[in-house]
Amino acid sequence: MSTLRAAWHIAVKDIAIEWRTKTAFASGLVFAVLVLAVLFFSRDPTEVSSLAIAPGALWVTFTFAAMLGLNRAFLLEREMRAMDGILLTPAPRAAIFWGKFGANLAFVGAIEAISLPLFVLFYNVPIWPRLTELLLVIAMATVAFVAVGTLLSAMVVRTRYAELMLPLLLLPFLVPPLVGGVQLTASLLDGRHLSDISGWLKLIGAFDVASVTLAAVLFQVVLDE
Amino acid sequence: MTLRDRATRIARAGTVVTAVALLGVAGVYVRALAFTPVEVAQGEAQKIFYIHVPAAWAGLMAFFITGLLSILYLWLKDQRIDIAAAASAEVGVAFSVVILTTGPIWGKPIWGAWWTWDARLTFTLFTFLLFVGYLVLRGVLTDPGIRGRFSAVIGIMALVLVPFVHLTVYLFRTQHPAPIVLKPSRPSLPSEMLITLLTSVGVFTVLYVGFLMLRYALGLLREAREQELANDS
Repeated sequence: MSTLRAAWHIAVKDIAIEWRTKTAFASGLVFAVLVLAVLFFSRDPTEVSSLAIAPGALWVTFTFAAMLGLNRAFLLEREMRAMDGILLTPAPRAAIFWGKFGANLAFVGAIEAISLPLFVLFYNVPIWPRLTELLLVIAMATVAFVAVGTLLSAMVVRTRYAELMLPLLLLPFLVPPLVGGVQLTASLLDGRHLSDISGWLKLIGAFDVASVTLAAVLFQVVLDE
Repeated sequence: MTLRDRATRIARAGTVVTAVALLGVAGVYVRALAFTPVEVAQGEAQKIFYIHVPAAWAGLMAFFITGLLSILYLWLKDQRIDIAAAASAEVGVAFSVVILTTGPIWGKPIWGAWWTWDARLTFTLFTFLLFVGYLVLRGVLTDPGIRGRFSAVIGIMALVLVPFVHLTVYLFRTQHPAPIVLKPSRPSLPSEMLITLLTSVGVFTVLYVGFLMLRYALGLLREAREQELANDS
């Protein structure tokens, strides 16, 4: 079985399980809405406009919601030692990473796709003129979140404190895409041209390449029995 | 020679190295306070520079060595390398605490604030937190094989991705004093100050080695104890 095919099957399996219950998706989404709403009140409305905190609110929401989803990816495989079952199939090891990566990308992307319009609604942000650029930035940062997160969640699931360990290990590594995402979003909402802020774009792009490569390679080490 | 004997021997040597280094730190401070000129603009506050900068050097070196040892561990799968990597991370965290406390003590009189979100402060804070996470992860993993592999993964990720964190906080903004020693042109520091600083860097390097030996010996002892317990049961 080719790696790509096997990866596709693993991703489809994860998405199908999620599709039947929608538990993680629903809770991730409600969580995202809650964070967006709570952060709205984290300012003095007479002094700071909602637009000023909007980029930060958006990215904090994305980060927290992604973390919830990433934790789920391997907790799923812990039940009844399902991971051993996957390891026993003839699927190449690399396929497990790419399959999980794909499913996580779909999960986090779906939560972001629904939170973004809510963000526009809540914060009254004029994103439409810069929508394509903003979507590009979100996609780039999400790839980094999911790459590092998939690798780390495969590790923390082996500990008793998976829910606690993932944010602890993940957040320091997410500083580049998170800060870059906030800066780029702020500049875009400010009406600045992308060429003014190409430094941040290059940084996230390079981080994407480094983190995806690293995660794919190191994932084999994590699976080693 | 048993594991326990070897550990005891390393611990003894480590104690000597650490004692020499601590004497060196005292010596550096005598020189810094009595025989090095006072900086015109910053006054006495600048004296902390002779601890702060060498600690930053030792801390970064410690984390860098953890990263290199992590790669080596995945290659050779020798548990002693894992113990050494963890020892280096632990010492690095200790030096980071020195950086993160001496920095604000200097910052208060000079910048007027204990803490600013300056690039280097932020970078040090994130690196510190990352390696605290590394140590916490080690704490919750009981199987030595898994602990070694997972720690190595974090160590290598830190080695590759921490430079990005540095770039990020640098792009964000900086008000930290620009480098005055390691820069393309000649160091712009009076020679007395430069000698004191370089001596201190040397002393802190020896201190790092001493601490590393002590923590490594402790790791070996812990390993020996685990083996004994496994044999008993």
